[in-house]
Amino acid sequence: MDTILFLAHTEADGKLGKAGLQALNAAVELNKTLGATLVVGLYGAEIDPAGNAIANCGAQKFLGVAGPEFAQPRYATDAAVCEALLRASTATIVLAAGTSRNARVLAGVTQRLNGCIDTHVTGVEATSGSLTITRPFYRQRIEGSVARTRRPWIILLDPDAYTAWQGEAGSIQVQQVECSVPEALRRTTVRGIVTPPADQQTIRPDAQLLFVAGAGWTKKQKDGQVHVGEAETLILDFLKYSKASLGSSKSLVDLTGENQTALRFMSHLNQVGQTGASPRHPKGLSTCCHGEEPHTVGWRFIAERRAINLDPNCGWARGKADVLYVADAFEVMSKVNALLGSK
Amino acid sequence: MSNPFHVVVCASIVPDPLQTLEPVTGQTGPGLKNEMMLPAILDPWAAHALYEGAHLMKQVAGSKLWLVSLAPRAKLQQVMMTVAQKVPLQLVAVDGPCGGFVDAHHTAAALANAIRKIEGIDFSRLLLFGGWESASRSAGVTLQLVGERLGIVDQFQGVDSIKPQEDGSFEVLERIEGARHQVSVCAGPPAVLGWATGSLGEPRNDPQVGMLNMRAIMPALQRAATAAPSADGLQYTNVVTPKQQRDTKIVKDKTADEIAREIVQWIGQE
Repeated sequence: MDTILFLAHTEADGKLGKAGLQALNAAVELNKTLGATLVVGLYGAEIDPAGNAIANCGAQKFLGVAGPEFAQPRYATDAAVCEALLRASTATIVLAAGTSRNARVLAGVTQRLNGCIDTHVTGVEATSGSLTITRPFYRQRIEGSVARTRRPWIILLDPDAYTAWQGEAGSIQVQQVECSVPEALRRTTVRGIVTPPADQQTIRPDAQLLFVAGAGWTKKQKDGQVHVGEAETLILDFLKYSKASLGSSKSLVDLTGENQTALRFMSHLNQVGQTGASPRHPKGLSTCCHGEEPHTVGWRFIAERRAINLDPNCGWARGKADVLYVADAFEVMSKVNALLGSK
Repeated sequence: MSNPFHVVVCASIVPDPLQTLEPVTGQTGPGLKNEMMLPAILDPWAAHALYEGAHLMKQVAGSKLWLVSLAPRAKLQQVMMTVAQKVPLQLVAVDGPCGGFVDAHHTAAALANAIRKIEGIDFSRLLLFGGWESASRSAGVTLQLVGERLGIVDQFQGVDSIKPQEDGSFEVLERIEGARHQVSVCAGPPAVLGWATGSLGEPRNDPQVGMLNMRAIMPALQRAATAAPSADGLQYTNVVTPKQQRDTKIVKDKTADEIAREIVQWIGQE
């Protein structure tokens, strides 16, 4: 019989983050289907709040490692603690959220345990006791199902692939697992987090809308001139009024890197698509974008999609968007901002 | 600075992003239709790692740079004709399949073996670079596996910057959730850095650099060891191109005011 380990790091408040609760939900569902043993493994500076919050998830055992040395997301200590929790659980299947902290470390842990790993998993299915996962390849351009015989099998679930686990809190006793941290594991010190100033923060993962700006914003308009300053104002005003998250096509971000006339707030972090991010938002509005299919895979997880473009054959829109408005984005977005601003 | 780095960049090749990719199933498992015919490029994020490595080599005197690449030899040779013109490098080639369906664990084993055999490398000075994810397997695990096989316990992923310090340590910026960066300081090499885009543009082609590089690249390609992948319990089913086609409604006959009202209404809907 399989043992499923739900492995999670806690956040600064000692609780699980949203992605962690989503992975727990997947683990609980899989446990029911496989008739397996569910074990929870928690680590971080503090773990009791997280353990109590998920006390009624159906786990047979709660393992944990807590201490100030595990507060920092640092490869050396995170790998040591994950290895210790995996060995203590004797898990055959491990489910964890695809957070940056887990993604940094869990492949290395599989190497230590002679196991295997799959990341960016969007679905986990068990039929007749056999486990299959679904994940994208070639930056989401191909999708495949994977089964493995090697164990332990670590599965990192993409955030928002599952809904978050919900249940009554309770009180549990976490069984402490021994994990020593010698000096050799402290060569790296995390100094902190760099966050853009609030007025320059254009990437909002929890926004209802993704606003994608393409290179057309920096091209000559119908008067034969470029209007980059006006474009910047229109886009930033729209982000302010709508609270949307800003994405960009690769070509526009590349312009910024090549020191051509470009939008000053645009960076590689805004890039969506094959070599950028794959954000998940309920709605997406694309403006002045053009491009081939590989660059539009950033749309993949956007539920409702609309586009504004002067070109009715725009590659971002035809067959990819639900509605394409053939219109001047400068004109339309100016009117949109006026309407949103007057509310 | 008197603490030179030995930078090893792991980078493979991927189909040119503008090519249409169609999965097919062969005798050895899934692959791409006409895979050997598709034009290839150096993996984009790994290419950034190469440019950052070359930049670091210029900054820190005495540093060395190797490019370790596992790919079909003939395809790699084609790609190297361009890559060789970008930055001075020493190629270590491994001849083997590098598609998205090859298991990362076997790729990592072959890369680690090749790195161990590099002549003149000082593992205490090693910075193992690569892309944080490939554009083929897109898993973001190979570098970690190679790092573990080489016994490196300081690893960073989604790196956008490395700043060497006078005392031999270096500061690293890693991408984390919400478009933020985590700032870490590592006491020094050895370390693994999986690069995101970094901050450097693509270097211009320099034919002189290319000619110098190619003198050593051709023999390196001829010497390439062979890596044979093994499925090792990995089984693929239902490898398909996701259905993405939507029935797009084209709106041509509305004024900017009408479109704006419609968009504002749409944004406000639950």
